[in-house]
Amino acid sequence: MRGVYLYERLLQIQTMKANDKGTTMADFSQLITQHIPRLRRYAKALFSDPALAEDLVQDCLERAWSKQHLWNGSGDIRAWLFSIMHNLHANEARKFNRRPALIPMEAQNDQPITGNQESTLALNELEAALHNLPEKQREVLLLVGLEQMSYEEAADVLNVPTGTVMSRLSRARENLRSTLYGAHKQSNIRRIK
Amino acid sequence: MNEKRKPITEADLHAYADNLLDPKRRQEVEQYLEQHSEAAEQVRAYQEINTGLHQLFDHVLEEPIPSRLKQKSKTSHSSKPLQIAAMLATLAIGTAIGWLGRGEWNIGQQPIAQMVDHAFTAHVVYTPEVKHPVEVGANEEKHLVNWLTKRLDAPVKAPQLNTLGYELLGGRLLAAEGKPAAQFMYQNGLGNRLTLFIRKNPNGQRDTAFRFANNDSVRGFYWIDGELGYALIGETERTTIAKAAHLVYEQLAQ
Repeated sequence: MRGVYLYERLLQIQTMKANDKGTTMADFSQLITQHIPRLRRYAKALFSDPALAEDLVQDCLERAWSKQHLWNGSGDIRAWLFSIMHNLHANEARKFNRRPALIPMEAQNDQPITGNQESTLALNELEAALHNLPEKQREVLLLVGLEQMSYEEAADVLNVPTGTVMSRLSRARENLRSTLYGAHKQSNIRRIK
Repeated sequence: MNEKRKPITEADLHAYADNLLDPKRRQEVEQYLEQHSEAAEQVRAYQEINTGLHQLFDHVLEEPIPSRLKQKSKTSHSSKPLQIAAMLATLAIGTAIGWLGRGEWNIGQQPIAQMVDHAFTAHVVYTPEVKHPVEVGANEEKHLVNWLTKRLDAPVKAPQLNTLGYELLGGRLLAAEGKPAAQFMYQNGLGNRLTLFIRKNPNGQRDTAFRFANNDSVRGFYWIDGELGYALIGETERTTIAKAAHLVYEQLAQ
């Protein structure tokens, strides 16, 4: 079993196949299906309420399905799906936005802090701090830090300039850093505006 | 210095934490961080936040997809073998990511942990060598491979990583837990080195997926395939090491 890399490769092969012959229904369906786990991970990280997260993923998939003709068949389908999700979420901000952050403590407490041996980061604190971030900062942080998109890809998904991605990312991380690591001295490096 | 360097900016620190820099810039940032402890702390926090996000949410990737999300795709005819492959891959990801999320280095007392330990140590000890990085050079590759095969008492091969820009420098015999082990070393045009550590499968364990381990800037993937256990270690981006591990796996499977 080759783990993540087999999976990534499979996606590549399927994308290539789709590009070769034009996308058939079956290809399209498969391409989408394989991204569902990632869409769910992102949505669940974005919202503390799991039901809202599932709703968003479902809306996103339905939209993708109905807009199949808008996908040109050669682009990066992951970016396309994430941008659909982003637009849905932005348009329905009122529905998704105004819920208090619910942190399922019992789900988090059993996850020990491991990671780097000397890491002082507590996961439950990270999750709480994440949900206290302004949503625009949270989106960028998750696309980059969790989904591992490049800054350009994240900019495409959010339909903003790369500079905006950088400044939101910077603010998100500095926010988390001061919440999670306490007061710290700012290094005197040239700042992102 | 005849080369002019761009000053390191905050954007570089983020890109460093996100593994988005090319090797040259990465090295420049590393040097900067060695001399600027506040910036180093900043980067460390960013990296911990990234790791923390994976620890918090990667489990979602392993969850079965709720049936209401799958309805659409069911109605279309998709190819069965690929679906099965995708399912298997998703399972494998679960395993791999479970390990990623688990805190990498902290893999306990299992025999495989000892293997990884030896592989890291051997990497750290031998890669800085300028004059004697290997015992037998790549110019004697055939001899090297025969020798190591004989000493390990298992079919050892020296995979090629040229497609990634890494050339075989050669290899050496090592001792690990009182038994022979082998190390191949590779180097790219920038002088970055990767090592492939090979030893007999500890205690006849079953095959495993790729697993990731890191210890500060040294990182690697390890796995067991048949009678041998492998660890591919480097100090470059994780994606490069992953690609190299994949290449090794493919070549050894043949």
